[in-house]
Amino acid sequence: MNVHDYLYYVILPVLILSVLLIFIRFLKGPSLSDRVVSLDLLITTGIGIIAVYSIITDQPTFLDIALILALIAFLGTVAFAFFIEKIKK
Amino acid sequence: MTDAIIIIFSSLGALFILLAAVGVLRMPDLYLRISVTTKAATLGIGLVLIGCAVYFNDLSITTRVSAIIIFLLLTAPVGAHMIGRASYFTGIKLWNKSFYDDLKGKYREDHCLKSFEEGEPDDSIEGSVRNK
Repeated sequence: MNVHDYLYYVILPVLILSVLLIFIRFLKGPSLSDRVVSLDLLITTGIGIIAVYSIITDQPTFLDIALILALIAFLGTVAFAFFIEKIKK
Repeated sequence: MTDAIIIIFSSLGALFILLAAVGVLRMPDLYLRISVTTKAATLGIGLVLIGCAVYFNDLSITTRVSAIIIFLLLTAPVGAHMIGRASYFTGIKLWNKSFYDDLKGKYREDHCLKSFEEGEPDDSIEGSVRNK
């Protein structure tokens, strides 16, 4: 069993299971803040999936997309924090 | 040897991400969920990305990976602080078994912290116990 098989049959299903668990919280979340937090965690897990996938397909170019996703996750969280604070005022 | 290092790093990273997912689903309170998101998920992503850097073994890839890790380490606490602060203002309740609310009565109406000159911030321990 080489690295590719291990990543493909063990690591990737674990990551996808955690995406499913976070998505349940994203659907359930009682408040908007819960949804924002779980969306942030979804994107962060997506960065991990992209990293594993770039190993499996031997394409390091995917890591650029991971960098962009990290940026967008931060911007989205900050924008939602401003929005939540504004609609309260 | 390299394969063993990649397998160890990616397994630890996936384990931490799974723990963060279970924590986000099972924690009783928004603020506890935020703490899970910042710590466990950032550590897990960092470990998976280090495994990626070990696999490719190239200077440009390592630079890219370390840029992602440093960016995540810088931005995760900032984002978590901002979303926690905003949801504290919107009046999201703490878990009913959490005992202390250290911020209670310390914010003014315009969302700035009270200073000591202009008011009496309730510093006593009785003031911060909830349901009092």
